[in-house]
Amino acid sequence: MKETIQSFLKDKFPHFISKEEEILTNLPTFFLKPEGIVPVLFALKTAPGIELNYLNDLTAIDWLGKKTPRFEVCYLLRSGNKSSTKVQFRVALEEDEQVPSIISIFKGANWPEREVYDLFGIRFAGHPRMDRLIMPDNFQGHPLRKDYPLEGFGQDYLVEDLLTIHLKEDMEA
Amino acid sequence: MYEKTAEHFSLKQKKLPEGHLLVNLGPSHPSTHGILQNVIQLDGERVVDAESVIGYVHRSFEKLGERYTYNQFLVCTDRMNYVSTPLNNIGWILAVEKMLQIEVPDKVTYVRMIVSELSRVMDHIICNGILGVDLGAFSGMLHLFHHRENIYQVLEKLTGARLTTTFCRVGGLEKDIYPEFEKDVKTIIKGLRPAIEEFQSLLVNNRIFMDRTEGVGGISAEDAISYGYSGPNLRAAGVPWDIRKDDPYMFYDKVDFDIPVGEDGSVLHRTLVRMEEMRQSLRIVEQLINGLPTGAHHADMPHIYLPDKSKVYKNMEELIYHFKLIMHGIKVPKGEYYMATEAANGELGFYIVSEGEKSPWRVHVRRPCFWFYQSFPELVKGSLLADTVATMSSMNVIAGELDC
Repeated sequence: MKETIQSFLKDKFPHFISKEEEILTNLPTFFLKPEGIVPVLFALKTAPGIELNYLNDLTAIDWLGKKTPRFEVCYLLRSGNKSSTKVQFRVALEEDEQVPSIISIFKGANWPEREVYDLFGIRFAGHPRMDRLIMPDNFQGHPLRKDYPLEGFGQDYLVEDLLTIHLKEDMEA
Repeated sequence: MYEKTAEHFSLKQKKLPEGHLLVNLGPSHPSTHGILQNVIQLDGERVVDAESVIGYVHRSFEKLGERYTYNQFLVCTDRMNYVSTPLNNIGWILAVEKMLQIEVPDKVTYVRMIVSELSRVMDHIICNGILGVDLGAFSGMLHLFHHRENIYQVLEKLTGARLTTTFCRVGGLEKDIYPEFEKDVKTIIKGLRPAIEEFQSLLVNNRIFMDRTEGVGGISAEDAISYGYSGPNLRAAGVPWDIRKDDPYMFYDKVDFDIPVGEDGSVLHRTLVRMEEMRQSLRIVEQLINGLPTGAHHADMPHIYLPDKSKVYKNMEELIYHFKLIMHGIKVPKGEYYMATEAANGELGFYIVSEGEKSPWRVHVRRPCFWFYQSFPELVKGSLLADTVATMSSMNVIAGELDC
């Protein structure tokens, strides 16, 4: 499977392959440029012999201090017709870069993309509604970034806005 | 308050037409099965538009996973799908074991599979039972709850807890099975088989139930795949995907079972698929319990599995291993792994990125609920308000799994 996709990509989309890096993983992984994600996934969805027609997972990794560019958005696709074939595509991004949304190909990308935006701050261009999904709308920062402290920045502003209880003042008094 | 909600969600930014009404189902509502909100725009009793708001029980498990050791994160997985806890435990532990490339004794796998399938039955009992309750059929749930209680009692004897079982450990089970385990499981199967038949006949012979579920909240196979559906909801739409068959883990390739498939993905088909899955699960459990091997309940790997406490006080070796495991955790080699298991709701995937530290660099959980629940507004558009309750109930939305 890996060879089929590799030759397919090299044949049709050589300008979208960003790098070839071997990583220790159980999934065949391909690195793509941000602008290539939509045409490549769209072509692979129906390409005979490959048919990656199921978006299995969409997430991101923050490699702060380990790799540059800092973020990687991971798309895990599965071919439903050949049992259990899973392939991962990755897009490496700098902090302010955007990646195109793939809602036009997979409807199910809607919430996962919003979740990645919410927790990592990676924006998806062309998404109909790039809002926070899980955290409250007035939340500051993106919690799954490595530079976001585990305890949070202090959530006075949240408590204040949502419950109008001034926790800190109470404790000081 | 009402105005604020209206501004908050996009469907209120446009002015509501004359006679339309905005209804907040939730965040805490008897029919929403957990803390989640549905804002529904109604014209009379018909749903014009809907929107789901989640995040009320978000607990940052993925962030915690970056701090906890591999065994510590197990208690977080308990709190994801709290209706069938062991399935989450087993999914996580299998992923870590695959990364460490350790083999566990056959007995461990057998017990894990038995507990998995019993949990699946438990989850489906809740889903189908509560669906009946939401539609006014109360007795079906009561009939089966007795048997669900029996499964809970086995879990309690096995793990010491009922809800948050924290069942497995890396390299084996938390503790050995108790002597009457085999007998208890056989009793459960014996009692459950007729009860499921009775439960199904209670529902499908009920005119009201059939009228309210047949063709309601359906989804086509194509849309279901596009939305990332998995598990019973996908199979009810007519797609015969099951990770236990497609990508077998544990010993699922060695047991006989069938995959039930529905047709139109409606509430009725989702219910019937779950009914049949319960029978198939019992079939699997029966095959396993009759061939339950004997032996140790963990792999012989003191640097991974916590040594026996009685030895820790007497032997230096065990004391060192105990100390190392408690203080430093298990060091999983550098690499990445995605492990998908078939949980009660569908594909539960654990994606681990390890940098060789005691805790993972990144943990991601692919929750089945999260993917299929986003299609909820599309499913209910055009139906009646009462149908939204049936639709949501039959999808088996677990808030803990949705938010993670």
